[in-house]
Amino acid sequence: MKRISLFTICFVIFIACWVFLRFVVGGVISVPIPGSVISMYMGLVLIAILVHVSVEDSRFKEFIRPIHETLVDENRRVRRIILAVLIPLLLLGYTYTNIAQKANPPGDPRDAHPSPPLELTYKDEVIGSMQDVENPHRHYEKDDPEKFKSHVENGRRVYYQNCFYCHGDHLDGKGHFADALNPLPANFQDPGIIPNFQESFFFWRISKGGPGLPASGTPWNSAMPIWEDHLTKEEIWDVILFLSDYTGYPYRTFGEGH
Amino acid sequence: MRCCSSLITKKRLYFILGFMLLGFVLLAVVPAFAQDMTDAEYRPFPLIGSRNAAWIAAQLHLLFGSFILGVPMFAVIIEFIGWKTKDERYDRMAKEFIKLCMGAFSTTALLGGVLVFILVWCYPKVLSKLSGIFGPTMIFYVVLFFGETFTLYLYSYGWDKMQGRFKWIHLSLGVLLNIWGTAIMFVSNTWLTYQTSPATMFGKLSDKTKEAWIENSLAQNPELTRAELLEGVTDKTVIPLHNETTSEFLGTVWEAVNNFTWMPVNIHRLIGNIAFGGSIVAAYAAFRYLVAKTKEDKAHYDWMGYNGNFIALCGLIPLPFAGYWLGREIYMFNNTMGINMMGSLFSWLFIIQAVMIGVLFIGANYYLWSGMGRIQGAEIYARYRPYMIAIIVICVAIWMTPRTLSKISSASELSAMGGSNHPHLGFFGLMTAKNTVVNIVILTTFLSFLFYRRSGKTPTASWKGLGNVIISAIFFLGVVSIVVIGIVGFVVPTDTRVNVLTPWQVLVALGVMVVVTILDIFLYRKATTSGTINWGEMTERSQYVLILLAITFTSLMGLMGYARSGLREGWHIFGVQKDTSVDAFTPALGDAVNMVSIIMVIFFALVGFIFWLGLWGDKKKQPAVPIEAEATAESDD
Repeated sequence: MKRISLFTICFVIFIACWVFLRFVVGGVISVPIPGSVISMYMGLVLIAILVHVSVEDSRFKEFIRPIHETLVDENRRVRRIILAVLIPLLLLGYTYTNIAQKANPPGDPRDAHPSPPLELTYKDEVIGSMQDVENPHRHYEKDDPEKFKSHVENGRRVYYQNCFYCHGDHLDGKGHFADALNPLPANFQDPGIIPNFQESFFFWRISKGGPGLPASGTPWNSAMPIWEDHLTKEEIWDVILFLSDYTGYPYRTFGEGH
Repeated sequence: MRCCSSLITKKRLYFILGFMLLGFVLLAVVPAFAQDMTDAEYRPFPLIGSRNAAWIAAQLHLLFGSFILGVPMFAVIIEFIGWKTKDERYDRMAKEFIKLCMGAFSTTALLGGVLVFILVWCYPKVLSKLSGIFGPTMIFYVVLFFGETFTLYLYSYGWDKMQGRFKWIHLSLGVLLNIWGTAIMFVSNTWLTYQTSPATMFGKLSDKTKEAWIENSLAQNPELTRAELLEGVTDKTVIPLHNETTSEFLGTVWEAVNNFTWMPVNIHRLIGNIAFGGSIVAAYAAFRYLVAKTKEDKAHYDWMGYNGNFIALCGLIPLPFAGYWLGREIYMFNNTMGINMMGSLFSWLFIIQAVMIGVLFIGANYYLWSGMGRIQGAEIYARYRPYMIAIIVICVAIWMTPRTLSKISSASELSAMGGSNHPHLGFFGLMTAKNTVVNIVILTTFLSFLFYRRSGKTPTASWKGLGNVIISAIFFLGVVSIVVIGIVGFVVPTDTRVNVLTPWQVLVALGVMVVVTILDIFLYRKATTSGTINWGEMTERSQYVLILLAITFTSLMGLMGYARSGLREGWHIFGVQKDTSVDAFTPALGDAVNMVSIIMVIFFALVGFIFWLGLWGDKKKQPAVPIEAEATAESDD
């Protein structure tokens, strides 16, 4: 039986990795992975293969032997012609699919997380620096648990009266209006949302809404209302307590320095 | 054609072209002189603009500075090894390193001068503010610079004179050279770190500054009492060193020096200089290897390249830890700046950074594996290579997976994911996952080095079997611990992750490396050598990898410099002095990449020229008939 060449083995591994990412991870195990991310991973697979075959001279020669044969060997004339037709056709197809108009607009160019201002305000009142402001009701968690509970309950009321339409019953960003919004409402159950930011950051986002987002990183296209026009300061702080209490994720803190 | 060529000779053509170019430059520059700019806050730099001019000069100065500060650090260690082992090859290599430094030294000074002139001309307001605060440090800098210059001259020119019983004096000069160099860097770091973080912690303030801050704060908030103001203020509270209304400086020179990001930047740059210096000499050695005509030269430059890469690796391994500390301090100083860095404006830069550090680790490992090809008896480790490649590539893939995919996905892809985060791959975007894989990549690279060290040797210790089991168990437990800590990192408060779990991951990785190194030294102490290293028998591909590593290091330094400087956004001194120039905007990442690429090309052109000068001098010194003529003929056959 003829031995399979190293080049063929590598080619099969390369294709198998693509199939695994595209259909197994992005289909059976999870939801589809964006094409750009798959390209990035496939680039790494290609590097891994090239590293493996080129570290030793003997293996590298074995790897390029079929390529060399295809290019110069008289017996490989048919293969050469097929490739000479196939490669331009593939490039043509690739170019066409990239430049052809399609009803699939690019994703949202907004930044992952907007940069908060240095100063935290409610309407025109300056509360303090974004870095140092703490939730004024947070200390009740230790000092007066009953009072803390009542603030969380107030936050729950505020949330289900105002926020759940978009952010959902379970704070997972799947509210009734969510499907009509782009970008989608924040999912507070995501471990990368609440733990990464201070309570003051959430106060800023809630009080200023979409229109209060910074000039950089636009277009934001956020449908979030300016809640300081409708909620009191206390209500905003309470709803912040509720978000953390419900999801179980603590907000970011910076130790005793802040 | 003949008629034309007789009319316009080549010489004349060059003259006309040169004259036209000069005219063009003059035309571009003239408008700048047509304005009265005696008291201007900003003055335009012709053609490329002030910011770009300062950017190019500063980055080139930094690259050269990094090289000339990094190289003496390991040159003196190599010289010491040569002295102790009485192996002259080390002495020759250390001397060659310093010779490269000598060439780059004057260029560094020249570029520093260019940068100062650009700042004086284009940014007088900024320079005036900084010199008003840091004046004494600038005088100190000049003193240090003289010390550095004369010590380098003595160290370099006295190399052959101070051999034998005077060698310790020469080595002491080398140590002194490094002390001057490190001090110079620490001083200049104060100015730029102050621009980023003009604040320090309450506990570090003098009583006078504390009082000034309290008085200013009370004047700005008359409704507050002194007790109310100081309530909740601890020794770690961030205190700005300026009056927030008038921008008047309140502190002392030392408080400005010892600002929030000074020491993290010092440490990061100190380690970075070693890695960068190592990579540049490795690239130099690779170039010399590729053009070498004799076996001796090939062997020498192969060995030099190996050492350069080893030094670069020694710097590269702790570099992510130092970078992490710097990032943490930036968050501590100002949360907005931290979010800007990792989650907003500069977040994609860190994806590029992950790609480039991935290139560095893959390249460094590739070189080590290639090097094992020239050691007899190294074949037994080849079977582990595919697994190690797979581990490194998977770790790099996780490291470079973005958290938010909205910018690189189409609307239908976003819809299929149910948002901008992938429900599973999204976890790879969080810092706890990235820290975990960084530590595993570092341990895998360490394992590659361990295999390299063991190649061609057979241990004779009676406990060799047990020793290998213990070493394998330490690696296994180390990796398991790092992964478990990483998983726990997803569910604990960020404060705990940043201050407890991540340092533990680092300690585990460092602990594994230290304990395994000690065990391995004892295990292979009386090892028999079953195979020799055939220096000079590396593949050419591996040499190009060394050059790629130097290019990647250079680009990475340029890009991270853009992030460090850009974090200030619209401020010359963050929160104190606003940038009101025409360049008061943060360049887009694409523009920054273009600029860094241009700087990199200029840097390598200058470095190439300096190295070529050295080569040229060597050629002139060589006798008419090369000593290695016979060997050359042999190798050509």
